Amino acid sequence: MAGHLTLLGNEALGLGSLHAGLSGVFGYPGTPSTEVFEFVQSQAEKMGVRAIWSANEKVGYEEALGMSYAGKRVIVTMKHVGLNVAADPFMNSSMTGVGGGFALCVADDPSMHSSQNEQDSRYFAEFARIPCFEPSNQQEAYDMMRDVFELSETMDVPVMVRMVTRLSHSRADIIPSEDILPQKPLATGHDIKKWVLLPPHARIRNMQLIEKQPELIRRSEQSRFNALTIQPGATLGVIATGIAVNYALEVLADYPDPVHFLKITQYPIPEGLIRKITDVSNTILVIEEGYPLVESRMNGLFGVSGKTIIGRLTGHLPRTGEMNVDHVRRSMGLSVPQTGVSIPDVPGRPPALCKGCPHADTFRALVDAVAAYPDNRMFSDIGCYTLGVYPPYQCGDVCVDMGASVSMAIGAAAAGVYPAISLIGDSTFIHSGMTPLIGAAKQNADITVIILDNSLVAMTGAQETMATGDRLVNIVASLGVDREHIALLNPLPKHHNENVEIITSELAYHGTSVIIPQRACIQGLKTKGN
Amino acid sequence: MKRDLILSGVGGQGILSISFLICHAALEHGLRFKQAEVHGMAQRGGAVQSHLRLSDTIIHSDLIPSGQAHLILSVEPLEVFRYLPYLRPDGIVITATEPFINIPNYPESATLDGWLNQLPRKILIDAKGIAQQIGNPRVANTVILGASAPTLGFEPGAFDTGLDVLFGKKGDKIVAVNREAVRAGYEVARGH
Repeated sequence: MAGHLTLLGNEALGLGSLHAGLSGVFGYPGTPSTEVFEFVQSQAEKMGVRAIWSANEKVGYEEALGMSYAGKRVIVTMKHVGLNVAADPFMNSSMTGVGGGFALCVADDPSMHSSQNEQDSRYFAEFARIPCFEPSNQQEAYDMMRDVFELSETMDVPVMVRMVTRLSHSRADIIPSEDILPQKPLATGHDIKKWVLLPPHARIRNMQLIEKQPELIRRSEQSRFNALTIQPGATLGVIATGIAVNYALEVLADYPDPVHFLKITQYPIPEGLIRKITDVSNTILVIEEGYPLVESRMNGLFGVSGKTIIGRLTGHLPRTGEMNVDHVRRSMGLSVPQTGVSIPDVPGRPPALCKGCPHADTFRALVDAVAAYPDNRMFSDIGCYTLGVYPPYQCGDVCVDMGASVSMAIGAAAAGVYPAISLIGDSTFIHSGMTPLIGAAKQNADITVIILDNSLVAMTGAQETMATGDRLVNIVASLGVDREHIALLNPLPKHHNENVEIITSELAYHGTSVIIPQRACIQGLKTKGN
Repeated sequence: MKRDLILSGVGGQGILSISFLICHAALEHGLRFKQAEVHGMAQRGGAVQSHLRLSDTIIHSDLIPSGQAHLILSVEPLEVFRYLPYLRPDGIVITATEPFINIPNYPESATLDGWLNQLPRKILIDAKGIAQQIGNPRVANTVILGASAPTLGFEPGAFDTGLDVLFGKKGDKIVAVNREAVRAGYEVARGH
């Protein structure tokens, strides 16, 4: 169809930003958020926009805040757990407010398709007392960005745009605007009372942020992205948020009775609209993608007298995991269609390291080297190499969060674990592994850190890493690790025996040693080959 | 007109190219579509699927509900059964017969054949064999794509411009062999 574009939810958000006067994108790769950045990056030269991957989400958030301070519209992208890393600037940016419009684009992962948890970022928005937009489809992901930047500038707050896996990675046709907004000029003023969060300033800013709240709620209530439909004769009210709006609408089309319906895709929670639908309903079903945020706020501690509020908290919908049409049908008392055929017990096909992956050769050498140490503990980290936890390698006893492989090994070694082995990729090391390694080197902690240098960010689609090869070796040395105990490996089958010897000798050393297997990711080689 | 289909296979087998081509054809036919796909960790040799919904009216859910899919289109026979709960009772399975064995407990071929046999409506295609006959074993997926056309209500020519977009850079020969593969798959499916 003429004028239509086919875009992933993430790409629609990126294009919406570009068409709304964007000057730059910062961020750190993380499924399911990565394509927001990559889409902007693909258009950056043409649109005169900066696209800069950051060392980690905290750095990215601050870089973006710097661009906003300078008067420009900016987005920063990350996955939900990345926002934990960026929590410090995030919480404080609601105090400083913004210069140019500032959007935090954070992608949550309900059902944990590619993540350690399914935390719901809307709580973070509430915690920081800032607005949150939660597009329900690709077109909204595109359309919302103008409103996001405008609201950010008018109310002087950063704004969160919360995506979820299913929207991030679903493609649809969208109609872009014909009107593309120009970038904003560089800011010239100074406002120390706003930007310097010394306690006397911060107290005033905090009060101002609190005073903005009623206006933010009013804007949610009047937002074109929130909509209340009252149906004469209905006793059931349905409130759906974000992408759950789609599941609700699909089921309502099949539902025999009239239903009041409230769509919420802009926060803070539009209190007035909720009060209206509650007033006219006996039962209110709340359907949310994520935690039961609206449902729990509606219930408060004691519920609403005379009204029945149902959803994830009452077991009408599952307490955890991704929402879908089947769940909504069951919650509304409708049957779920079944296939006619009996379904066999299909063996699982979990992801595995690719054939020829350099990590596999490192793991094979490591397994042989640690055979002498049955009490060894391996602290793994976030990346493709986490898959080494599974047979046939079984390399990894722990994996918690970015960089924890190094810090947890330090703690375990202090408790008496020997050998304590960290397994961390080159990009994860730059993200959060360097800082604990400085401390390890200073105290000469008895740990062996294996930095798997495959020269790119593999799991998220072969993004460029900040340090590989000699540069990475020099960084490790500059953190204080003795060059005598920085060992390089070539992880290929033909070097197996030599690699086992090197690892064995570093395990035997009672101090901080770093082993760096160096071989490029085969997926990355393919990508570059194309 | 509404068509819900599940595309299935193993990470790296190229099902995203098939969904791209179907979406492209849908747009050219003035249809709306939504296509949910899998990124990230699962792409590393794991089971991958794509939910693809085509319609001439608005589509709400990005995911297909249980028992609603008109078609399971698979480039690997075992993967069909992972998504069987989505198939409507009168739905059809179209799958390549060549197994992709990267797990130790992959079913014996007799077991898998038994499962395939009990499907009421299916088209089993030796896509690799047909691709080899055409002269390029790499177009097996395109044979499967072509076989989906009758169920989706498309003529084989519906994928031509999409093939240009996808393979144009690789030269006219590659485009031509893919067009031939679409037609070969179409002919197999049309006979059913």
